Amino acid sequence: MDLSYSAEHEAFRQQVIAFLKKHKTLAPVGAGLRSAKTRDWQALLIEHGYTARTIPREYGGFGAKPDLLKGRIIAEEFARAQVPGGLSGQGIAMLVPTLLELGTEEQKQQFIRPTLSGEMIWCQGYSEPGAGSDLASLKTSAVLEGENWLVNGQKIWTSTAQIADWIFCLVRTEPDAPKHKGISFLLFRMDTPGIEVRPLVDMTGLANFNETFFTDVVVPKNQIVGFRGEGWRVANTILGNERDSLGNPNATLSRLNALIRLMKSETVGGISLISMPAYRDRLMKIQGRVMALRFNDMRILSAKLNRKDASLARLIVKLQGTELRHDLEALAIDAMGEAGLCFGESDYLRDGGSWQYQYMYFLGLIIGGGTSQIQKNIISERGLGMPREPRVNANTAT
Amino acid sequence: MDFGLSEEQTLLQDSVNRFLADQVSLDKVRLFTKNGDTDKQIWTSLCTLGLGGILIPEELGGTGLSPMDATIVAECLGYRVTPSSFLSTAVMAPVALIASSKREDLLSASAEGNHQFGLAFSEAIGSRDGSGLNWDGNVLDGTTVFVQDLNADTFLVATKEKHLLLVDAKATGVEKVEVPNIDQTRVMGALSFKRSPAELISENIDVYHQVLDAGRVMLAADTLGAAQNMLNQAVAYAGQREQFDRVIASFQAVKHMCAEMVANLEPCRAMVWYAGHALNEVKDEARVTACHTKAHLSEVGQFVAKTATEVHGGMGFTDLVGLHYWFKRIGYNRQMLGSPELLREEAASLQDM
Repeated sequence: MDLSYSAEHEAFRQQVIAFLKKHKTLAPVGAGLRSAKTRDWQALLIEHGYTARTIPREYGGFGAKPDLLKGRIIAEEFARAQVPGGLSGQGIAMLVPTLLELGTEEQKQQFIRPTLSGEMIWCQGYSEPGAGSDLASLKTSAVLEGENWLVNGQKIWTSTAQIADWIFCLVRTEPDAPKHKGISFLLFRMDTPGIEVRPLVDMTGLANFNETFFTDVVVPKNQIVGFRGEGWRVANTILGNERDSLGNPNATLSRLNALIRLMKSETVGGISLISMPAYRDRLMKIQGRVMALRFNDMRILSAKLNRKDASLARLIVKLQGTELRHDLEALAIDAMGEAGLCFGESDYLRDGGSWQYQYMYFLGLIIGGGTSQIQKNIISERGLGMPREPRVNANTAT
Repeated sequence: MDFGLSEEQTLLQDSVNRFLADQVSLDKVRLFTKNGDTDKQIWTSLCTLGLGGILIPEELGGTGLSPMDATIVAECLGYRVTPSSFLSTAVMAPVALIASSKREDLLSASAEGNHQFGLAFSEAIGSRDGSGLNWDGNVLDGTTVFVQDLNADTFLVATKEKHLLLVDAKATGVEKVEVPNIDQTRVMGALSFKRSPAELISENIDVYHQVLDAGRVMLAADTLGAAQNMLNQAVAYAGQREQFDRVIASFQAVKHMCAEMVANLEPCRAMVWYAGHALNEVKDEARVTACHTKAHLSEVGQFVAKTATEVHGGMGFTDLVGLHYWFKRIGYNRQMLGSPELLREEAASLQDM
């Protein structure tokens, strides 16, 4: 066990701290994705290598050699200073790594730079009403007619579709092939005629997602990533990236600290919640679970650095991280009691209603990105080597 | 930066695991529960590996390894539900004696396998009805219950004031009564003293906590090993047992039970490593970490013990399969040296909550 950082990394940490001290007033707090302040901040972070760090310069990144610890130091110091880091929409988090791996040179040139700068916003067209956990059964079709694909069908859970410029979308191009082999990965503009976006209001009262409909949408033939029928493989190069970011224990730690502050200040009958044994015990249980997942996270990082196997430790992060976060937010609501019922502006609302919102939002994340039940299938099959459940067709089930 | 076991530690883990797989079969554990370790065979064989003196400096005949190394061994011992006085003789007593520079003779004898300690900490952690000790600076009077390793040669006794004393098992006025307990791999009992001579080891509260932290982390590691074994047995059993013309491992209901076990248990590994490391290397975090680690492992251990038994169906309930040895070991670890609620309360107080 060696928890020390090298002199080079310590010096790097000091650089990040100095940068934050000097520039933190420029950070866009509460500014929109399209605002100049957001773009300027993104440009400044790329210039210093605090976001898009390892993406080649020729595509608009900083072009540094991969260094996991430096990436970690940046995340830690930005979190400590409570300064927003670089942009992290689905285009940056998912499409850019995919294009770097599988895109043509022309696609890399065309898409990566404007995506990184925040000028080109993307949405993801994967799930459909009939293709959720069983994503590969998706039905949205694309038929090649001359020089264009003709896309028809419906997507759901397309977050940011209402503001996106482009979509990366899974479509069925080979209807006669086995389901995993008949999918292709297309890119197209969201202002193409035939696209309709309907906001999907969720339990939080906001429309975090949309339904997106395609009617004879014309997409140029060359706007495909990878070959025809390879879309499943293309999509899977990045699905892993998405899961890793859900349930991040370092975000949960800062939420735990906020919960401790809340429970110190919140009183019932004049007694602070933190001094009441039943609440205090629940808080400590949560703290123990946060600790376990944080050490698990350090183990995963270290295993990547030192090329050790931590695949089991990694497989459980989404399941454990999102469930823990939901439990943490739930404790805050219980600690507030009736005040936890407030929703919307009033004199009685605590912390801007963030506890109520996150309590619901994290229920969404337990379901999204592979439900907890799908996670348990993956953990038992890949992690423990247990067999798949036999297939049963609807019409033969008795 | 390397969060995990070093190469040497992986080797240590492998060799202890191999040794225990060979030397401490379930049959041997069963034999112990009937006859006790009368010829001290298990303890003697552990000492040939140097485990009895794992924390004792080399110049006193020990192997001079770190608390983190001892944590790794504790996990291995838990995995095989090994009956031994490792917690008392190899960890808590040496930590106390080394920290206070006392009784090198006993440390040497322990490293050789010729001397064993027992622990009487209940008065300091939470005295129950029917017990109470009075130490006047020379002699000890009263009763302390829930003593671990009752067959020891010497007892490390903690008083309500958190002073640490040594009492020879054969000293005048010492009376031992075995208290049958659920975990037959441990020998528990009550000790009564009548003007029994006791030697003061430490009045320093920091030494007391250092000893207790180490003990708590060892119990957490023991639970980690025991729970891992139960999980492994459950997955193996589910892969063989057939019902409805399928192995039961192919039913999602069973798979999800196993997934929940591993999802809860796997992060515990990193937590126990860190807690073991913190004992000597991150002293300002050691105590809170030890409290949280033992409390958290107790909860996860309890869940795994119950769930793994259920995966075995009726067989899990039988003595034939013997899963109950692990179930009970995990249950014992949960209560000893502080139950989860007491530990969480201590963790909260330590953080000024």
